[in-house]
Amino acid sequence: MAKWTMAIDLDRCTGCGACMVACKTENNVPIVTPEEAHEGRVMNWMEMITEYEGDYPNLSVRRMPKPCFHCDNPPCTRVCPVGATYRNEEGLVAQIYHRCIGCRYCMVACPFTAKVFNWHEPIWMEGADTCYNPDVSRRMVGVVEKCSFCAHRLTKVKEEADGEDRSNNDGEYLPACAEICPADAITFGDLEDRTSAVYGKSRDYRAHRIMEDLGVEPKVYYLSKRT
Amino acid sequence: MTEKHLPYEHELDATLYKPIYHTGKGYYLTVAVLLAVIVWALYMFYMQLRTGLGLTGMAQPISWGFYIVNFVFFIGISHAGTLISAILRLSKAEWRRPITRMAEVITAIVLAIGGLHPIIDLGRPDRMLNLLTSGRLQSPLLWDVTSITAYFTASTVYLYVPMIPDIARLRDQGGKMKWLYTFMAWGFTGTERQKHILNRAINILMVMVIPIAVSVHTVISYIFSMTLQPGWHSTIFGPYFVVGAIFSGIAALLIVMIAFRKAFHLEAYLKEIHFKYLSTLMLIMSIIWFYFTFSEYLTGVFGDEPHEMDIIMYKFTGPFAVFFWGMVVCNFVIPMVLLAFKKFKTMTGILVASIAVVTGMWLERLIIVVPSLANPRMDLPMGIYIPTATEWALFAGGIAVFILGFMLFAKMFPLISIWEIEEGRKEGLKEVEERIHSYLPSTPGTT
Repeated sequence: MAKWTMAIDLDRCTGCGACMVACKTENNVPIVTPEEAHEGRVMNWMEMITEYEGDYPNLSVRRMPKPCFHCDNPPCTRVCPVGATYRNEEGLVAQIYHRCIGCRYCMVACPFTAKVFNWHEPIWMEGADTCYNPDVSRRMVGVVEKCSFCAHRLTKVKEEADGEDRSNNDGEYLPACAEICPADAITFGDLEDRTSAVYGKSRDYRAHRIMEDLGVEPKVYYLSKRT
Repeated sequence: MTEKHLPYEHELDATLYKPIYHTGKGYYLTVAVLLAVIVWALYMFYMQLRTGLGLTGMAQPISWGFYIVNFVFFIGISHAGTLISAILRLSKAEWRRPITRMAEVITAIVLAIGGLHPIIDLGRPDRMLNLLTSGRLQSPLLWDVTSITAYFTASTVYLYVPMIPDIARLRDQGGKMKWLYTFMAWGFTGTERQKHILNRAINILMVMVIPIAVSVHTVISYIFSMTLQPGWHSTIFGPYFVVGAIFSGIAALLIVMIAFRKAFHLEAYLKEIHFKYLSTLMLIMSIIWFYFTFSEYLTGVFGDEPHEMDIIMYKFTGPFAVFFWGMVVCNFVIPMVLLAFKKFKTMTGILVASIAVVTGMWLERLIIVVPSLANPRMDLPMGIYIPTATEWALFAGGIAVFILGFMLFAKMFPLISIWEIEEGRKEGLKEVEERIHSYLPSTPGTT
C-alpha cells in the first residue's frame, strides 16, 4: 500500500508563498475579507508559519509551509462523532463535507492546528466565481475542511494508470503545492517505494518530523540544517 | 377578587400550597422580563442559524468558546440536584426533606438547557441527526450524548416519582388543572401497597442515579482530557470536574433556596439550620476543589514542560490572569472566610458565598476551555477570544429559561415535598430515635 508522504526542504524554501496560492486556487478555498482575516478567520489549507529566532539585530526569520500532516495515527479522526473525518484506504486523512456537523472537535484535537472552519457562507470575489476547479467540491457554511494532499489528483492518476494497465510512476501524483514550488522545496511521493525521491529525502540526515514524540506519525518531513 | 375559601386552607402545610393558587404582581413582572430576554436570545440564535457561527467571537485557533463553557457550566450546576438529593436520601439525613424537591427541579431544568448547548455550538445544527445515523461510539462526544440523555431520563423520573403523592393531593383538592393532576397522579390514593411500591421505586432510583450523575461530568471532562492538548490531557480531569460540578451545584441550590424562601415565605420549612448544613457541605467541596486545583497546577509547573507552561503562564500572568485569580478568590478565599467562621456564616454570608462560587465555577470552565486553545503547539499567531452579543444573549437566555422554568414549576407543583414533610412529622421522629438507639450499646435493663 502506498504511503503518500511530503518532504519540505526548508533550506531550499524561500518563503515565497506560491504553495499557498496554488493550494487556494486548486482547492476552491474561499478568500475572506480583510476584516474577517483580522478576526482570525483566514482559510488556508497550506499555512505559512513564520518563526523568529533571536533578538534584533541578530534576528533570523524562518518560514515553514504547513499543510495537513495526514498522520498515520490521527488524533482528529478518533474524536469525530460522525465519522466525517477519517483515514481513507490510501492513508490520507479525508473529510466528508456533507456529513460534518460542525462541532469542531477535530479542530481542537489536532495538535498542528491544520483544520479550518467555514464561519460564514463562503463568498468568492467577482471573476473568481466563474473559474472554480471542477474536480474539488465547494464547501458550505458550518463545516470543517483542510488540506487533502490534493486527493482528487490521485484519483485521476490512478484512473489513468488503471486504463493503461500499469502502476503509477513516482512524481505522477503531485499536490498543487509540490507542483508549483519554484524552489523545488516540496517533494511528494510514496514512502514505501524505496526508489522514490521522497524516500530519499526522508532518509536525509536533515530530515525530521514535527512533534514526533506525540506518536501521531505525521507524514510530512521537514529538512533543515537548523533544528 | 373576593376572598373565597380555598381548598387547601385547612391543611397543616397551607403555606406550601399557596404559591400554586396565588400569583402576585411581581410574578407576572418577572415572567415578562424573562420572556423578553428569551425572545432576544431566540432572535440572536435565529440570526446565527441564518448566517453561521461567524456571528460569534470564535475563530482560529480558539474554535470553542462560550457555548462549550456554558455547556460544561450548566451541566455542572445540574449536579446540584439529583446527586445531592440522592446522597442525602441514601444517608438518611433527616434534614433533607424540604430540600430534595428543589434540588431535583434544578437538575431537570438545567440539564435540558445544558444539553442544548452543544447543539447551538454546531456549525450545522440541521445535521444533528447524523449523530444517530452515523454516530461513532468511539468519539467522546457520543459518550456525552449517551450519558446526558441517560442522566436526563433518570433525573426527570427521579423528580417525578417522589412527586406522585403530592400530585395526588393536588388532584384531590380539585381546582385548576385537575385533568393534568389526575393524569400525572397515576391513580395514587395512598394505600399501603402503593406507598410500599413508591418507596421501593425511590430507593432503586436514588441508587441508580448516583453513578449516572458521576459518569456525566466525568465524560464531559473526557471531551477535553482525551485530546492531546496541553492543559487538557490530564488524568485528574474526571474527578476534578465531578467535584467542581457538585460544588457549583450546591451553590446554585443555596441561591435558589434563599430566593424562594423569601418569595414564598417558606421560613418555617427552610430554617437556618438547613442552610448551615448545606453550606458546610459547600465549604468541604471548596477545600476539595482547591486540593484538586493545586495538584493540577503544581504538577504542571513542576514538570515545566514548555507547551504546558505556555498555557499555565497564560492563566497566571497572561491575558487570563484576572479570570484565574478571580476564580481562586471566588471558589476558595471567599467561601473559606465566609463559611469557616461562625461570625460570617449568616444568611447574607451564605448567599454571598454561593454567588461567589457559582461565578467562580463559571470562570473555571472558561479558563479550562479557552487558554488551551489560545496557545496551540504550533507557532501560530496567538488568538484572542472576545464573545459577541450573540453569545452573551444566548448565555442570558439560558439563565432566563432556568429561572422561568423554575417559576412555572412552582406554579404547578409544591416546591417542597409535602408528603415527605408529613412523613417526617409522623414517622421520622420515631424512626430516628429507634435508629440512634440501635447505634448505641444497649444499656442494662433494656433488651
